[in-house]
Amino acid sequence: MGKISLRQVTKTFGDVEVIPALDLDIEDGEFVVFVGPSGCGKSTLLRLIAGLEDVTGGHIEIDGRPATDVPPAKRGLAMVFQSYALYPHMSVRKNISFPLKMAKMDPAEQERRVNAAARTLNLTDYLDRRPGQLSGGQRQRVAIGRAIVREPSAFLFDEPLSNLDAALRVNMRLEISELHQSLKTTMIYVTHDQVEAMTMADKIVVLRAGRIEQVGSPLELYRAPRNLFVAGFIGSPKMNVISGEKAAEHGAHTIGIRPEHLLLAQDGAWSGRVGVAEHLGSDTFLHVHVEGLDPLTVRVQGEAGVSHGDAVRLSPMPEHLHRFDENGLAVR
Amino acid sequence: MARRVSGRRQLVVTLIAWAIGLAIFFPILWTILTSFKTEAEAIASPPSFLAFEWTLENYAEVNSRSNYPLHFMNSVIISLGSTLLGLLIAIPAAWSMAFVPAKRTKDILMWMLSTKMLPPVGVLIPIYLMFRDFGLLDTRIGLVVVLTLINLPIIVWMLFTYFKEIPGEILEAARMDGASLWDEVVYVLTPMAVPGIASTLLLNVILAWNEAFWTLNLTAAKAAPLTAFIASYSSPEGLFYAKLSAASTLAIAPILILGWFSQKQLVRGLTFGAVK
Repeated sequence: MGKISLRQVTKTFGDVEVIPALDLDIEDGEFVVFVGPSGCGKSTLLRLIAGLEDVTGGHIEIDGRPATDVPPAKRGLAMVFQSYALYPHMSVRKNISFPLKMAKMDPAEQERRVNAAARTLNLTDYLDRRPGQLSGGQRQRVAIGRAIVREPSAFLFDEPLSNLDAALRVNMRLEISELHQSLKTTMIYVTHDQVEAMTMADKIVVLRAGRIEQVGSPLELYRAPRNLFVAGFIGSPKMNVISGEKAAEHGAHTIGIRPEHLLLAQDGAWSGRVGVAEHLGSDTFLHVHVEGLDPLTVRVQGEAGVSHGDAVRLSPMPEHLHRFDENGLAVR
Repeated sequence: MARRVSGRRQLVVTLIAWAIGLAIFFPILWTILTSFKTEAEAIASPPSFLAFEWTLENYAEVNSRSNYPLHFMNSVIISLGSTLLGLLIAIPAAWSMAFVPAKRTKDILMWMLSTKMLPPVGVLIPIYLMFRDFGLLDTRIGLVVVLTLINLPIIVWMLFTYFKEIPGEILEAARMDGASLWDEVVYVLTPMAVPGIASTLLLNVILAWNEAFWTLNLTAAKAAPLTAFIASYSSPEGLFYAKLSAASTLAIAPILILGWFSQKQLVRGLTFGAVK
């Protein structure tokens, strides 16, 4: 079980309100990602759930039981930290068994669980090493191992992949997703990387300045962002945002069109000149300067036969046009 | 690229370093040499460096006149006792200052240090009277207490600095893993801070061993440590240099040997965290 509810939770540090009153429900077995720019309060929110910070107001419930005043050790949650936070003076085996030792579990059972976790995470050969003798990816796996042996009601991940290099990050992302598939335990994952959010989440919570901007599945957020902030944050490359005359033509204060929804067309409505063409092989990103607008990003599948200085005409796909009012809220 | 140092320059620098090292060590060397001279040779002018008649009579004399083993044991008990008691108080204090600082933590640290700026003689009379009233004069326990209090600011400061180097996330991880406060301090914080705790212990044993103001003023015979033993050989006329030197050598030898064997640990501890 791992159902977590936040009711009117607030957090202030001194005079600074980091989280204004916030409500959130996380269902059992869900993979929830908190995403937002740095300083949006996503890590603070996770630490409030963990119990590492005390809430200023409101209530937290875990599995229907009040947890607001329960110390972190007693909440039944496991956490994986950005810095891995392994115990440097203990072997991998002792690191992984530490929570079991704290729970005064029978040593034979401890042994069994540590070995099982080590097999799942490919750590069997490293059990007698110290964390200092491991690579970044292995350390990350030890941190995950330490979390899974406890069989917690939910896992909390605080930007666990940001210290890894790009290739390893993709691998670990898949491993964590697979782990979620096999354990079916609630996972709450904090990241500033919208690609991680999109690829891993069942449910994304987009945060800005401690407020929830939108909650939904990755594709809901992609297809129907509630406001300009979410529109700009979800999707890569970023959505093109256009205000003024061209937006007024579509009856909106601002319009947004994703790079993949702008087509190169002979009879396109907007004409411009290619500034930079980024060739990725599978895709080409064109940065096009259109008179009177900020540069637009266009995503073309495969190799586009255009380069710097070429004149192009662009046509937005009308069904994928997002319209926003003067407050930045989506108009449907 | 690493800076190249010419052989000649290296030689000059090495010689200068040795000269400074010897100059610093010279008084101790001279004391040790004097302890093997006769009283007449000890005050001879010009003094002889090595070409004198070596004798052990000062050591024999000092041993027969005073009870060296008693003073030695007193020194061991007082310096170790005050350091261990200090660590017991300082570890939780430094933990709270390093990991759950309040608004005034920095001020408290400064205030604690400021007690070291006061000349000890300023509080001699009140402390002496308190010791007299509580029956602590010339007791080991009294000296353990007073030296603990004297060195506590330094112990707390040193431990605070080491604890600061330990990432708070590791302690939070322990908390998430179900560790109580006690488990956190015993299984995670203390083992990680062992190098720092060890050098704090060594430095404070040395400081307490060498402390002379309080040990001289608050003891007479029973609890007198080696500092009092040395002092009993100093006379205003300065006629017993050789015996004084023998007593001094006997008093500093144990701590000198301890320092020699633990110098690596001391240097490592004192520069701990300077380079990440």
